[in-house]
Amino acid sequence: MKEILRLKEISHIYHGKSGETKAIDGMDFAVYEQEFFGIVGPSGSGKTTLLSILAGILKPSSGEILRNISPSEIGYMLQRDHLFDWRNIDDNVTLGLEIRGIKTKENVLYARSLLEKYNLGDFVRKKPSELSGGMRQRVALIRTLALRPKLILLDEPFSALDFQTRLTVAEDVRKIIREEGITAILVTHDISEAISLCDRIAVLSARPARVKKIFENTIEKGLSSIERREAPEFSDLFKEVWKELEFTDEKDKGKYQ
Amino acid sequence: MKRIKGNISEEHRAYLRKRRASTAFVVGMQLFILVQFFLVWELLARKEIIDSFIFSCPSKMWRSFTGLAKQGVLWDHVSATLLETVIGFLSATLIGLVIAVILWSVDPLRRILEPYIVVLNALPKIALGPIIIIWVGAGRAAIIVMAILISVVITIITILNGFLSVDKDKILLMQTLSANRWQILTKLVLPSNLSNIIAALKVNVGMAWVGTIMGEYLVSREGLGYLIVYGGQVFNLSLVMCSTMILTVLAALMYFCVLILEKIVKR
Ligand SMILES: Nc1ncnc2c1ncn2[C@@H]1O[C@H](COP(=O)(O)OP(=O)(O)OP(=O)(O)O)[C@@H](O)[C@H]1O
Ligand SMILES: [Mg+2]
Repeated sequence: MKEILRLKEISHIYHGKSGETKAIDGMDFAVYEQEFFGIVGPSGSGKTTLLSILAGILKPSSGEILRNISPSEIGYMLQRDHLFDWRNIDDNVTLGLEIRGIKTKENVLYARSLLEKYNLGDFVRKKPSELSGGMRQRVALIRTLALRPKLILLDEPFSALDFQTRLTVAEDVRKIIREEGITAILVTHDISEAISLCDRIAVLSARPARVKKIFENTIEKGLSSIERREAPEFSDLFKEVWKELEFTDEKDKGKYQ
Repeated sequence: MKRIKGNISEEHRAYLRKRRASTAFVVGMQLFILVQFFLVWELLARKEIIDSFIFSCPSKMWRSFTGLAKQGVLWDHVSATLLETVIGFLSATLIGLVIAVILWSVDPLRRILEPYIVVLNALPKIALGPIIIIWVGAGRAAIIVMAILISVVITIITILNGFLSVDKDKILLMQTLSANRWQILTKLVLPSNLSNIIAALKVNVGMAWVGTIMGEYLVSREGLGYLIVYGGQVFNLSLVMCSTMILTVLAALMYFCVLILEKIVKR
C-alpha cells in the first residue's frame, strides 16, 4: 500500500492573549491510499486543528508532513455544511470550481452527475433552506467531491444530524467515497460510527492530542456500514476503543455512548 | 412562490378573503387619516380657530405651489435639491462601501483608523459647515460635501461591522476551496451582506436629505432648503409649508426607490 501522507513529529501551539495552548503534541502516523482512516478523541483535544494542518490551511508549529499529493487534491468537509443561501444547489456545488477557475463544462457536468447519482437531481434549482439536513450534508460533500480530490478530510460531518438520518447519510458517504476511489480521513466523536465506516481508527489523547493507539478494523470491507454494525467483531472492537478512550478522560465518558 | 390556482379549499378561500379585507381596511384608514388631517386643518383655518398666517392652511399651500409653478421656478428648485441629494446619496454610499472594503481587506489599517472613525462619527457634521464653505466655496459643491459627510461615516461603520461579523467558519470553508482574499470578498462577504448594505442605503436616503437641506440653509440661492429659509425670513409660512410638503413627498419617493431596488436584488 502506498502512503498518501505521513506526519513526522507534528506539534502545534496556539498563541492567544491569555497564553498559549498546546493543541497537538508530536504526532506520527501515515495514511495509505484508498483507506478510510478514522480519528476519535475527546472534545477540544485538537482534532480540527489536526485536519486543518493536514489540509495545508494551518502551518504546524513544528514537524513536517510528507504528502504524495498536492494540497489542491485534498478536499475538506467541515462540521457544518455552510451552504450559501443566496446560491441555489447547483451554484453551491460548483463554488469550488468557480474559485479555482476550473468551471469548465465537463466539470460542471460531473458535479451535476454526482447530484443526480445521489438523488439530488430534482433539487438543483432549489435554495439550501428548502432542503433537509441530510440532503444539505450530501450537497456539501458533493461540493467537495466536484473538485475531484484524491484525499478527503471529514470533520464530524454527521454530528448535526439526528440518529436515523445520520446512519443513512453515513452509508451514502461511505458508498460515494468508495465508488469514487477516494482516501478519507474521518474525525468523529462516535465510536460506532468510526467502526462502521473506517478501516483503521486512531484514538487521540486529551489535549494536547497525541496518537495513543491505532486499531485495525477487521470487519469485512465489502459490507455496508449498517451491516458492519451487526458484524460479530463490532462489539469487541467497540469495547477496545472505548477502553482506550475511557482511559483518556474519565469525565468525557458520556459522550461516547 | 407559486400560486396554486383552482383547487383551494373553502377554508383557505375564506382565509384569503379575510386577509384581503383586513389589508383594505388598513390602507383605507391610512388614506382616511391623511384626508382628515388636511380637511380639519383647512376647516380650522377657515373658521379662524387657528391663525392661518402662522399655521398656513392647505389651500394657501396649494396657492404657493401653483404660484411657484406659474413663475416657472418650481422645477428649478425641486431639481436643484433632488440632484444634490441623489449625488450626495450615491457618493456617500459608494465611498462608504469602498472604504469599508479597504478597511476589511487591510486589517492593520482598520485597527489603526478605528478611533478616528469613532470620533468622526460622534462629531456633529454641521459644525464643519464654515470650513466646508471656505474649502470648496459657497456653492453646490459645499451642499454635496455636506450631504456626503453626514452619512459616509455611519455607512462605513455599518457596512464594516457587517463584513466583520461574517461567520469565521464560512471563511474557513472558502479557504478549504483555496479562495484568495478577493474571492472571499466577492463570493462570500458581499453577497452575505446584501441586507446589511440595503439597510445602510435606507438610512442614507434620510441622511442625504438632512445633509442637503442643511447645506442649502447655509449657502444656497436655490432649492427647497433655500425656499424654506427664505419663506421663514419673509414670514411666508405657506411657502415654508408647501416646500416642506414637496420635500416629504420626494423623500418618500426616494425611499420607495430603495425598496424597489431591495425587491430586485433579493430575488
Ligand atoms: N484559533 C485558535 N486560537 C487559539 N486556540 C485555539 C484555536 N483553535 C482552537 N484552539 C484551541 O485548541 C484546542 C484544540 O481545538 P480543536 O478545535 O482542534 O479541538 P477539537 O478536538 O476539534 O474539538 P471539538 O471536538 O470540540 O471539535 C482547544 O483547546 C481550542 O481552545
Ligand atoms: Mg473540532
